[in-house]
Amino acid sequence: MSEKTYFNPEDLKKFGNISEFQPEMAKKFFAWYGEVFKEGALTEREKALIALAVAHSEQCPYCIDAYSTACLEKGADEEQMMEAVHVAAAIKSGAALVNSTQMMNHVKKLTM
Amino acid sequence: MAIKQRTKSLKARNSELADTFVQLNVLNGKDRVDEKFPSFNKKVADLGFVPFQPTKMEIFQMNVGKMCNQTCAHCHVDAGPDRKEIMTKETMEQCLEVLAKGDFHTVDLTGGAPEMNPHFRWFVEECSKLGLQIIDRCNLTIIVANKKYHDLPEFFAKHKVQVVSSLPYFSASRTDKQRGDGVFEDSIKALKMLNAVGYGVANSGLELNLVYNPTGAFLPGNQASLEQEFKRQLQRKYDIVFNQLYAITNLPISRFLEYLLDSGNYEDYMEKLVNAFNPATVQSVMCRNTISVGWDGFLYDCDFNQMLDLKVAAPKSQHISDFDAKALNDRTIILNQHCYGCTAGAGSSCGGEVV
Ligand code: SF4
Ligand code: SF4
Repeated sequence: MSEKTYFNPEDLKKFGNISEFQPEMAKKFFAWYGEVFKEGALTEREKALIALAVAHSEQCPYCIDAYSTACLEKGADEEQMMEAVHVAAAIKSGAALVNSTQMMNHVKKLTM
Repeated sequence: MAIKQRTKSLKARNSELADTFVQLNVLNGKDRVDEKFPSFNKKVADLGFVPFQPTKMEIFQMNVGKMCNQTCAHCHVDAGPDRKEIMTKETMEQCLEVLAKGDFHTVDLTGGAPEMNPHFRWFVEECSKLGLQIIDRCNLTIIVANKKYHDLPEFFAKHKVQVVSSLPYFSASRTDKQRGDGVFEDSIKALKMLNAVGYGVANSGLELNLVYNPTGAFLPGNQASLEQEFKRQLQRKYDIVFNQLYAITNLPISRFLEYLLDSGNYEDYMEKLVNAFNPATVQSVMCRNTISVGWDGFLYDCDFNQMLDLKVAAPKSQHISDFDAKALNDRTIILNQHCYGCTAGAGSSCGGEVV
């Protein structure tokens, strides 16, 4: 038997089941979600790449699985996918680092 | 550059999957049909297609041999350089007799690499005399594989052959993983040669269509959007033009089935196909207007059924020598679990999406 963990890839298939506990909100959410990922000013491929990047910064394993597949289906390649993740990582680390200006301000205020 | 094959044919490797019976067992194993994946036959019957029959045969597809200069990992024909099965001139003559009757508007040549059949050019010339629309499913690299094939673009142009060629991706890594090392580079060379004689160029009357199939256990995305991206990238990187992109789903048979089983993707892939079943595609699957002829003259509903050795259900007209248009138009098409590959999403046929 496989080891029990909190994350079970099979649960991704049950995403639709969230409507069981609150049908109205789920219905609205999925309708909006579907609309978001349709081809628009951005292509479906570009949206999938953005989603993949965000999935990494959110560190959501379900979304990472789902959007790795979506990126492949929509014609993105491994290089583009890894570049998208680097963008997420750069923003995430940049966001940490840029806050160090706050730390510096504070330290400078308190020290001689 | 010589192509370095990444694999050999199932037959050359004595794989048990070279036996179509074993493949059908995987697809139809008791534990798989209905238990896990609903029966395709039943799905179609539930939609009211009982029996499932052709609309009218219009396209005459011929598999002129399993011999190929490539051994792609996903090949549903199990083609390769080691395969010696080739259509004889006699069988081609029998095909011409049928084609001369005028029931078909298109002859669609496939293989293996159809151009490796020694009677290929003669046959194309004869079809051209009959005024047929000719399609050649050309793997591109054959054009640069040997001097004797270098003039194929001119030959195609002379007979206004529509060239349909596989290019799974616009970069080498993905293409070569599926088709063999060096295939991408040679394909680009061949595409430039085709462009040079006018193929794919606007208003030239010479049609060059590319085939995209996924390089793994996933489904093709939206055809129009992929076409746009392929056009942009091929133009930008290599100054190559083409007409249409056909997005084709890989069917779970032959070497692609082997890949699915070996990589542990079989169940998930079947589930994806079943979940993506689109009832609107059923009436337009290609077996409804196509008849497929094998290298040895036997008749099939499509190239996939041919590779599974599922001959047409028209007992009196199973071979080109007994071709009976009425019996064939009245036949029931043989459906099986692999057919889910033709009805997933926007559907899939030799001409790409169907809806
Ligand atoms: S997929 Fe086409 S090019 Fe590749 S081995 Fe099969 S017949 Fe040859
Ligand atoms: S695999 Fe062949 S018989 Fe089955 S639906 Fe597709 S074209 Fe028709």
